[in-house]
Amino acid sequence: MNATTTANGHAEGHAGGHPDHGHQPAGLMRWLTTTNHKDIGTMYLWFSFAMFIVGGCMALMIRSELFQPGLQIVKPEFFNQLTTLHGLIMVFGAIMPAFVGFANWMIPLQIGASDMAFGRMNNWSFWLLPPAALLLVLSMFVPGGAAAAGWTLYPPLTIQQGMGMDMAIFAIHILGMSSIMGSINIITTILNLRAPGMTLMKMPLFSWTWLVTAYLIIAVMPILAGVVTMTLTDRHFGTHFFSAAGGGDPVLFQHIFWFFGHPEVYIVIIPGFGVVSQVISAFSRKPVFGYASMVYAIAAIGILSFTVWAHHMYTTGMPISAQLYFMYATMLIAVPTGVKIFNWTATMWRGSLSFETPMLFAIGFIFLFTLGGFSGLVLAMAAVDVQMQDTYYVVAHFHYTMVAGALFSAFAGAYYWLPKWTGHMYNEKLGKVHFWLSFIFFNMTFFVQHFLGIAGMPRRIPDYALQFTEFNQISTIGAFGFGLSQLLFLYIAISCIKGGEKAPAKPWDGAEGLEWEVPSPAPHHTWVVQPIVK
Amino acid sequence: MALATLAEVAWADYQLNFQEPATKLAREVYDLHMMMMYICGAIFVGVFGVMFYSVFKHRKSSGRTAATFHENTTVEMVWTVIPTLILIAMVWPVTKTLIAMRDASSADITIKATGYQWKWGYDYIKGEGEGIKFMSVLSTPRDQIEGRAPKGEHYLLETDNNVVVPVGKKIRILTTAEDVIHAWFVPAFAVKQDAVPGFIRDTSFRAEREGIYRGQCAELCGKDHGFMPIVVEVVSAEKYAVWVAGQKKKLAAAAEDPQKVWTLGELKQRGETVYAQNCAACHQPTGKGLPPAFPAIDGSKIATGPKEAHLNIVLNGKTGTSMQAFDKQLSDTDIAAVITYERNAWGNHAGDMVQPADVKAARQ
Repeated sequence: MNATTTANGHAEGHAGGHPDHGHQPAGLMRWLTTTNHKDIGTMYLWFSFAMFIVGGCMALMIRSELFQPGLQIVKPEFFNQLTTLHGLIMVFGAIMPAFVGFANWMIPLQIGASDMAFGRMNNWSFWLLPPAALLLVLSMFVPGGAAAAGWTLYPPLTIQQGMGMDMAIFAIHILGMSSIMGSINIITTILNLRAPGMTLMKMPLFSWTWLVTAYLIIAVMPILAGVVTMTLTDRHFGTHFFSAAGGGDPVLFQHIFWFFGHPEVYIVIIPGFGVVSQVISAFSRKPVFGYASMVYAIAAIGILSFTVWAHHMYTTGMPISAQLYFMYATMLIAVPTGVKIFNWTATMWRGSLSFETPMLFAIGFIFLFTLGGFSGLVLAMAAVDVQMQDTYYVVAHFHYTMVAGALFSAFAGAYYWLPKWTGHMYNEKLGKVHFWLSFIFFNMTFFVQHFLGIAGMPRRIPDYALQFTEFNQISTIGAFGFGLSQLLFLYIAISCIKGGEKAPAKPWDGAEGLEWEVPSPAPHHTWVVQPIVK
Repeated sequence: MALATLAEVAWADYQLNFQEPATKLAREVYDLHMMMMYICGAIFVGVFGVMFYSVFKHRKSSGRTAATFHENTTVEMVWTVIPTLILIAMVWPVTKTLIAMRDASSADITIKATGYQWKWGYDYIKGEGEGIKFMSVLSTPRDQIEGRAPKGEHYLLETDNNVVVPVGKKIRILTTAEDVIHAWFVPAFAVKQDAVPGFIRDTSFRAEREGIYRGQCAELCGKDHGFMPIVVEVVSAEKYAVWVAGQKKKLAAAAEDPQKVWTLGELKQRGETVYAQNCAACHQPTGKGLPPAFPAIDGSKIATGPKEAHLNIVLNGKTGTSMQAFDKQLSDTDIAAVITYERNAWGNHAGDMVQPADVKAARQ
């Protein structure tokens, strides 16, 4: 961890060393052809923010319709398209690319590598994303509209849909290819390009979390691609994988999907664990407590995530023995997750704490993610889950882990590394305002949804019984507050790129790691000569 | 957790906890959930008590310097082992309840619930009332949904035919579906069971109190997923016997003479009602549909062409689309009526008729 020694007489001031990139194309061609990890990281981050806005607008349309009982704004069939695309776009278009953006930017800097292992493939991984996103968005305008079976795409409903479903399937194929290539790149980079002396157990936790995540992606994205392809052949080529009439089983899809889907939720959250570990340590001015147990906990969570998939399916009518097994296995995950939360608390204990924006988001993350963990524990209890399955309680639960979890940790990372990326300090006051607005409106939106679910309001309905009105109204107001607050982040980020107080190489006095030894902004090429870590 | 404390507060009319349980198992689930709330709440307060003590006391701005410790094997062992023990303690009562929940044996009455897009069909297949069957459709008027009329007390949670069961008897529900996956969900009974097309699943409940219990389909099943409620009326044994007798009489009356020849006017009149209940959700009351997912009938090739094709699609549905097979859902007379109506309504003037006998012949 304490890798602070640069080698070969390279002064920190020009760790970049290579002033010459006059041969590179400028303008649009620079971005189309770049193989530079920083350029590609930047593109990933902008792309994911754009998708976040698109998916967010869909969420606001959903919440608008749910502001009061009755059908006012959208038709039920369009409502289902919105919930489906909102899920697909947020998971595959916003959250996953955001963390791949962080990985591209930070992993080479953190491990002292000059770039990612496969530059050309890196470029291709990114440029697959825009066409996939376009397929998803444009599918709303084809006859029959977009896929409307929920992001989980359960058949036989998917068999009934129009060509929007095929477009979604192809988009998933392309997004999967992109993630797999990105992961191959990350694994190769981490395993082969670490600076001399940077052993795996000295590696910063963000890089560690990505190593585990990348393996998860390689393991499960082909499974998702397989299962949507089975849907495709059922739709068009007369197979009956999911049709009982032809000897298939609709529930088979759910088993395969969740064998992908459960590791997927950890793919979304684990890099966030890494960001938060580093931010908490930096602003507590103390090394991470239990570094080794953090690494083991991440690995344990990654492995266990393959053994719990059917807890998403307690009500499908599986045998009781299966219900019991999946319940016990799921609860086991609470142990390594608990270890992480205790370790973060112990990292803060007797530290020297300050509360800049990254720290606020990191603490917000721990606080809300723990709530999401507890509701997950409630859902894991099969007997209790019978009441909760497919209600708003589930919606509340996974937004606590995905929004307050993954998204908040992404904001923590963005504020933490913005000075390194742009060479300027962001506006601290506005950053704090952004945090508090996000925190308050997030809870306003999603906390009340627990009550809706407990009272029996099913998810994915465009209209509801009168007793659910008040909480839905609170939730909708919160959602608009949350959505608008994110425009503030856009403003903060753009002003930070354009100017502001000059950032030193290491703007946070408690931060550690090689990324803080290159200048801010990080020059186009860094660690051309690898540092030696002692 | 805040949830636990809030749940204790009687807060206006807002529902902060489960619906009042109406079965022993639902009450057990209620208690299990409360137990979880208290345990999680205690852990939450403990962990964040420590963290916020740190947040307030260990500040750089108050001149603290950071300690340097970064591991302690004993502490780390303790906070791995203790949560494991807590989990084991939690899981024990849940296991017991789960096993009880899944026992659907020795039921007094068995009812098959079939999910259709977007209604429920019920067949009483064993026990008192055997042979009763009916469809149960949302009875909230369209005007209330679209805001042209004030919403009633049980908006979206009311049906034309409620499931009626006797109090204190064990009711076994077999679920299945015709088209896509649905789920039979009644919160007061803590019962939720997916209805999977081509498969039969089961669940059961024994209601302890008379009353009307309302639930909804809980698995996304397409356009009108939000509009297929489940209403269960739990009544005394005597009332149930009366209801059974009434239903049997109704069934007998509905068994019409299949050889009767109907007039065009009679068929159209009956067909209009059948259409409104079964077809209008997709094909719309105007017959214009919602293309391309739900094609128009007004002016369509099938409704203006030979009647054999029309009979075929209504009886057997069309695979790969939402058009379901109505052969098991509707009687010969109803199918004859609705086809005749469709061929002679709006801009369609085929002028021909389909008689119940034609439907009977086509079924073979």
